[in-house]
Amino acid sequence: MKRLWWIFFLMIWPVLALVVCAMTPGLKWGFPGDGLSDSTIGVEIDHLFYVILIICTVVFIGTQVAMGYVLWTASSRPADRRAWYSHGNHKLEMIWTVIPGIILLFLALYQTRTWAEFRMNSAYPEAAKTNIIAEVNARQFEWRMRYPAPGKTLERKPQIDDMYQVNELHVPAGTPVTIQLRTQDVQHSFFLPTMRIKQDAVPGMIIPVWFEAKEPGEYPLVCAELCGWGHYKMGAIVIAHPPAEYEAYMKSLHEEQFEDGYIE
Amino acid sequence: MTSEVQTTGEHGDTGDSHCHHHVDNRWWISKYVFSTDHKVIGIQFLFSTLFLMLVGGAFALAIRWQLAFPNTQMPFVNTTFFAETGGQITPEFYTMLFTMHGTVMIFLVIIPILAGAFGNFLIPLMIGAPDMAFPKLNMMSYWFMWPAAFCFGLSLFYEGGPAAGWTSYPILAAIYDAAPGSGFAQTLWLMGITFVGVSSMMGSINYMTTIINMRAPGMTFFRMPLTIWAMFITAILQAFALPVLTAAGLMLIADREFGTCFFVPAGIVVNNAESTVGGGQPLLWQHLFWFYSHPAVYIMLLPAMGMISDMLSCMCRKPVFGYRPMVYSMSAIAGLGFIVWGHHMFISGMNPALGMTFMVATIMIALPSAIKVFNWIGTIWGGHIEFNTVTLNAVAFVSMFIVGGLSGIFMAAVPVDIYIHDTYFIVAHFHYILFGATLFGIFAAIQFWYPKMFGRMMSERLGKLHFVLTFIGMNGTFFPMHMLGIAGMPRRYANPYLHEYLEHLLPLNQFMTYSAILMGAAQFLLLINVFGSLIWGKKAPKNPWNANGLEWQAPSPPPHGNFETQPLVYRGPYEYSSPDHLDKDYWPQTEREVYDPTPTSTV
Repeated sequence: MKRLWWIFFLMIWPVLALVVCAMTPGLKWGFPGDGLSDSTIGVEIDHLFYVILIICTVVFIGTQVAMGYVLWTASSRPADRRAWYSHGNHKLEMIWTVIPGIILLFLALYQTRTWAEFRMNSAYPEAAKTNIIAEVNARQFEWRMRYPAPGKTLERKPQIDDMYQVNELHVPAGTPVTIQLRTQDVQHSFFLPTMRIKQDAVPGMIIPVWFEAKEPGEYPLVCAELCGWGHYKMGAIVIAHPPAEYEAYMKSLHEEQFEDGYIE
Repeated sequence: MTSEVQTTGEHGDTGDSHCHHHVDNRWWISKYVFSTDHKVIGIQFLFSTLFLMLVGGAFALAIRWQLAFPNTQMPFVNTTFFAETGGQITPEFYTMLFTMHGTVMIFLVIIPILAGAFGNFLIPLMIGAPDMAFPKLNMMSYWFMWPAAFCFGLSLFYEGGPAAGWTSYPILAAIYDAAPGSGFAQTLWLMGITFVGVSSMMGSINYMTTIINMRAPGMTFFRMPLTIWAMFITAILQAFALPVLTAAGLMLIADREFGTCFFVPAGIVVNNAESTVGGGQPLLWQHLFWFYSHPAVYIMLLPAMGMISDMLSCMCRKPVFGYRPMVYSMSAIAGLGFIVWGHHMFISGMNPALGMTFMVATIMIALPSAIKVFNWIGTIWGGHIEFNTVTLNAVAFVSMFIVGGLSGIFMAAVPVDIYIHDTYFIVAHFHYILFGATLFGIFAAIQFWYPKMFGRMMSERLGKLHFVLTFIGMNGTFFPMHMLGIAGMPRRYANPYLHEYLEHLLPLNQFMTYSAILMGAAQFLLLINVFGSLIWGKKAPKNPWNANGLEWQAPSPPPHGNFETQPLVYRGPYEYSSPDHLDKDYWPQTEREVYDPTPTSTV
């Protein structure tokens, strides 16, 4: 009964893998927080993830069951019966080339819209094109934010009335906002795990990144591209305010940073 | 494909070979050290890479230790080595650890063990040649691995060690001041890469020439075993991709040492050093690097795929299912492999339109991979399988490759990659391919060809124990990495628990570390098996597996010059259980048969 034991050993792990995957959301090993994306584009990304997950799960179960079946039959073939002499089957080859081909092509095309929305300027939401709220400047090992003064637009060159913050990015919730991402030294990557947003910051380039926080709240911002020994500690927070509160906060920030001590 | 017996026309049956029957009276140094014999070189590669695998494995365990018990004293490490930190892993040391783990495992273990050890040993034997086309070049190819190992080793003694990751992205890798590990260690690392490149290049030229020119009479391309096809395609991949990496490496050395600015833009102030004068583009490095390193992924996989096909066929006593589709799909993987490098750069800031094309190409590469999986399952289907160590490792290869292949689709889809890029998901993915698939393939291949290499059998009992422990440890270590990735844990973090949203992952990481320790410990069983069987192994006959390949017609171990008489090839390598040949269930490629004008089967 050794062969039974081996088939059990080889085939129990896909079962375990599926069980662990099914338990994952309950154990909080899956998507961070409550498992739901905190940004609008993140919702689409999660949807695409689950589409791929479902297709892959079906293929995984199918191939593992097939594997278990052929192992079972091949190991229980009577000793006096020869193996099946076959060099293959043209029809089968065609089937398992064309069908996966179509599925894969569908998968690829199904992804394009979300990618365009995230990165192609022409597919940005209208608000993201106008709502450029800050420049995020990464350096070893912190995030420096530069905001335009309330009522002004962000210029490429720093202005005299710009406001600065470190490791804290304030954004309005419920509307798409764009940040200009750049780095002062090595490569970094702007990663908002709960919003599913990531973009590398490349020396010599300014890259726009847009996202929309669905709800007011605090969201982690970390670095996802190796930037030196302190890579792991390059954490910051993104604070999303209700729009009215955001305006007020920006005003108070401006007052705070340009307070010259003179009282009328 | 027909199974008819074909006589090989003009070559006839005279056995007109120039075989070597002289007494081997070379000095032991030229016999075992500076040998030009492909078998000795293959075995040298095998032993060297097994040793280096321990080194790379030790780095891996140190990484796992830090992730499970951050900033606590490492066990077994005397505090005299790490006196100033009290035996703790510092963040600088951690970056060096994962850099060198990747470097050693990729450049000094996986590539040399596949192409160097098995490519060298098997190519001449399987195609019926007395040796490689360029034996001295072959010897050089082995000895050029050591300057590389020396450079990598020496770099560890410079401050911080090389610490820019195995991908060495500039600016971090281009400027001395960027990090403690970006000093001269990084230059040494780049020199090491150049040396392994030279070593691989010499090998690949040799393999291509040998396979094209030195096949035995009757060994047509479509009678070659899939191992040889895989080695052939791999050699082509290396020959076309490596020059790009070497050029990029030299450019980066020039940037670092001679003040050029290929990869360094203007106005960058790193670590309060002087502003760079620049004009370069860091993305150029990524393009050049991945133009080599993506095909390199297939260099690290295709030979194992080929060997698995041969072993499964032999262990199932059944022809490979779909031989030609297997060849075509390997070629497709190799061809597509050249136009998918951009999937490493989806969020790098390159033109987003490129993301779309690279995504389609990348997703389509899953197709030939799927075809191979279906054909492996087809090969087992209706076979006559026996669960020995070779079979178990081969089945594990297919099973793990399915996981690695499927997780690749997540990374290939650009929008999903926005989220999982550079998280532990990618770490899970490539470990399922490189450990799950390739290393299980290597374990199977060691067990399978060991009798031919050393004339002795390896222990089945130890082999099975090694397989069971490795299989459990491997899945325990790498499967949860998918979860870590989905939970948003970035890779290369010395202490991820600094971030609140990752704190709850500590227990899972500890479980993975225990699994990794089990897996690491199990590798000593492999070493005991490999080295112990040299002495205590049962003497192996010429053809212990009743296999068809030419290598099994040579004595075990084959003498200098390999074959006693020039082998002639009459059929493909997979004629197992043929109804045209009833006295035994295999039919060696060299066995002459009287031509029967009424074949009973023409499947």
